Amino acid sequence: MLAAPMPVHAAGPPVSDYRLANGLELVVIPDHRAPVVTHMIWYKVGAADETPGKSGLAHFLEHLMFKGTAKHPAGQFSTVVAAFGGRENAFTGADYTGYFQRVPSEKLKTVMEFEADRMNGLALSEDDVLRERDVILEEESQRIGNNPRARLGVQIDAALFLNSPYGKPVIGWRHEMAQLTRDDAVGFYRRFYGPNDAIVVVAGDVEPEQALAFAQETYGKVKPNNNIAPRRRPKEPPPVAARRLSLADPRVEQPIMERAYLVPSFATAAQGESEALEVLAHVVGAGTNSRLYRELVIDRQVAVAASAWYDSLALDMSKFGIYAAPRGGVSLPDLETALDAVLTQVKDKGITAEELDRSKNKLIADAVYAHDSQVSMARWYGSALTTGATVDDIARWPDRIRAVTGEQVRAVARRWLDLRRSVTGYLVKDDRPPVEKRL
Amino acid sequence: MIRLIAAVLAGLVAFVAAPASAMTIEPIVSPAGIKAWLVREHTVPLIAMSYAFLGGSAQDEPDKAGTSAFVADMLDEGAGDLDGKTFRDRLERHAIELNFGVTRDYFHGSLRTLREHGEEAFELLGLALSEPRFGLDAVERVRGQELAELRRELSNPNSLAGKNWWRAAFPDHPYGRETRGTPESVARIAADDLRNYARRVFARNGLVVTIVGDVDPEIAGRLIDRAFGALPAENALKPVPDAIPRGLGRRIVIELDVPQAVITFGGVGIARHDPDFMAAYVVNHILGGGGFTSRLYREVREKRGLVYGISDNLVWLRHAAIVIGSTATRADRTADTLEVIEHQLRRMAEHGPTEEELTAAKSYLKGAYALSFDTSSNIASQLTEIQIDDLGIDYIRRRQALIDAVTVADARRAAKRLFGGELLVTIAGKPKGLAAGRAHE
Repeated sequence: MLAAPMPVHAAGPPVSDYRLANGLELVVIPDHRAPVVTHMIWYKVGAADETPGKSGLAHFLEHLMFKGTAKHPAGQFSTVVAAFGGRENAFTGADYTGYFQRVPSEKLKTVMEFEADRMNGLALSEDDVLRERDVILEEESQRIGNNPRARLGVQIDAALFLNSPYGKPVIGWRHEMAQLTRDDAVGFYRRFYGPNDAIVVVAGDVEPEQALAFAQETYGKVKPNNNIAPRRRPKEPPPVAARRLSLADPRVEQPIMERAYLVPSFATAAQGESEALEVLAHVVGAGTNSRLYRELVIDRQVAVAASAWYDSLALDMSKFGIYAAPRGGVSLPDLETALDAVLTQVKDKGITAEELDRSKNKLIADAVYAHDSQVSMARWYGSALTTGATVDDIARWPDRIRAVTGEQVRAVARRWLDLRRSVTGYLVKDDRPPVEKRL
Repeated sequence: MIRLIAAVLAGLVAFVAAPASAMTIEPIVSPAGIKAWLVREHTVPLIAMSYAFLGGSAQDEPDKAGTSAFVADMLDEGAGDLDGKTFRDRLERHAIELNFGVTRDYFHGSLRTLREHGEEAFELLGLALSEPRFGLDAVERVRGQELAELRRELSNPNSLAGKNWWRAAFPDHPYGRETRGTPESVARIAADDLRNYARRVFARNGLVVTIVGDVDPEIAGRLIDRAFGALPAENALKPVPDAIPRGLGRRIVIELDVPQAVITFGGVGIARHDPDFMAAYVVNHILGGGGFTSRLYREVREKRGLVYGISDNLVWLRHAAIVIGSTATRADRTADTLEVIEHQLRRMAEHGPTEEELTAAKSYLKGAYALSFDTSSNIASQLTEIQIDDLGIDYIRRRQALIDAVTVADARRAAKRLFGGELLVTIAGKPKGLAAGRAHE
């Protein structure tokens, strides 16, 4: 163990942050209300770290991590977790891959042992890999192929990111997914998995020292992986042209529009800008009190839905998104004009003191609500820590939001909500008769 | 192996007993006479409430399906002296969350607030329930949103497979109507229909309430009265007849141009108060419960790679019980997938689970229960379900023994009842090569 524990006090319980000698970071968030723990391991590797041509590999490996190790054959980990009534799953993002189990507190060390074992002990057969490749192709159909709105999102990302790997879908492009091999998966695993780029987050009924002792006895025995290199991905050039696209799909019964702007994440932003973008997204598009909803849905009645969001948690540049669905008889260009008028108003006049207060209160209250859930807390810490934030940054979230001024909100709106930084996508019905395929 | 499992079980008793003992459920009665369950929880400074009124979408008029769901969407659109904008401003300024939803039998609601804004939160909810405005502008706007969503679902294979399953299983019964209605039925609903529904359903006699949070019984009682005290004493519900699912043995294909066919399958279930319910619950977990260990998951996904997800559930309604599951697969593998599913169901019906499977499933179901009580809101909604099912305030403590009591013979009997009959199957997509010789529509 290198570092001493660093208890961080803020709203909620003190959080402990440790680093083991092999580089693994351990974060413990105590919650003693029920005798259960949520144990998550977050690897600092995601779809954005894939080699070009191998899209979907990070997610594919996530699936394959359930195929067993030399020590524990396939299914044993899941069977053991199920035997004590635990739940488990895994997830992959552009910047991280995570695995979690929710189990009785006294089983924490057991799941740590299994998780430490598959950190470098994965044993894959050719058959496992081929069958699982069929599964991820079905997953792609379910998430994207069967869902026109998800297809639009994929196209917008691809157009927004000119150079960053964030332009690829996390699940991958189908033609590349279909060619992934066992060697690809093993190579990715050896290159990126190891204690020195892993963060273990434990939320629940455990004392920090106890969790540390368990971690040292399990994860502490895994040697660092010397192949792991700092994450340096291709960066976006300054965007200079507004991009537009239109996706026609025969299944569209309700047209929609979405827009994404390239904006800084917490990790890439100047101080205070990311927080101002959070407030901006809230005022502009969170819920029925937001500008977009009030103007477009209630007052002008040109939309049936309108919202905005901002994702601060990304290692590289991130996105500010806008979504609107027109009311019957309103065209997408007319809706877009109305939407742009709302944004222009915010850029010209800023937001009111009342809007600023209301949004800050809600964003800070959301953090209090998050303290009610082990899973929410563990997810928050894991996703922030794998995208460049520190435990201290997270603990200071209420203060960071409280410090945002109305002038800062207006400034980020003017600076970042610039059409040249954006892609606007329409989703419309494809009315062409289907072409008969000859088989 | 048996020794190992025994050791695991011994460890579990203390664990599963813990949520019950760590969590004391107090039955309380408000000054106005409304009964509720209270769990005092002082760690996080918030109050969560879950409640339900008897009378869900089954109370919609036959030609106005979606009325109850429409009401749920309208309750933050203004009440009493407050117009919609003012009402929602007051909610957001205090970070108060009110949610409303509808199932076939119940109108559900939840509330979450920071403790300091408790009075405001319960007062706003009280206004919403007893004096909803249903203003014409808001009604038309919300109708537009609902129609947009319903139109979108017309090409969503998951919705289509599911809705058509219910329609075919319960023709001429309120359960066969879509909870959210259809574009045609929603177009027919007037503001008076919404008022009428609220008047008939929002009453104190069909109400169950659970409060979890940093409050004592006296404050909780006062808050409950703020929310529900002004409601009429008696509801005015139409009777809903008992029903059993029909259409068993049918396969209905809903043609849709999607890469993946969505399959919904199901049949006759087992009622919540049937003596075989717990055995059925355990058996169904073994066949197709969530997690990575069920037979369907292993056979359909792990061994054959046919699908991404597959599971099935017991659904118990007040007037019917079903078992229903779903999955999605490539068009040219639809027939294979269905064949594996049907084979697994038959096998389970004929032989039941193994002793080992039964032991493992019991162990899982007992342990996993604690995880459902992990947040204040989840505790509240779980306890509301226990009240709805009329299982008693000591159910959490008794549940262990009920699961342990399931024998292999019980499990076999329940398996035969659940999976021994024919299935109703709906498929949305472009399935190829479905087995001939069966009803295929």
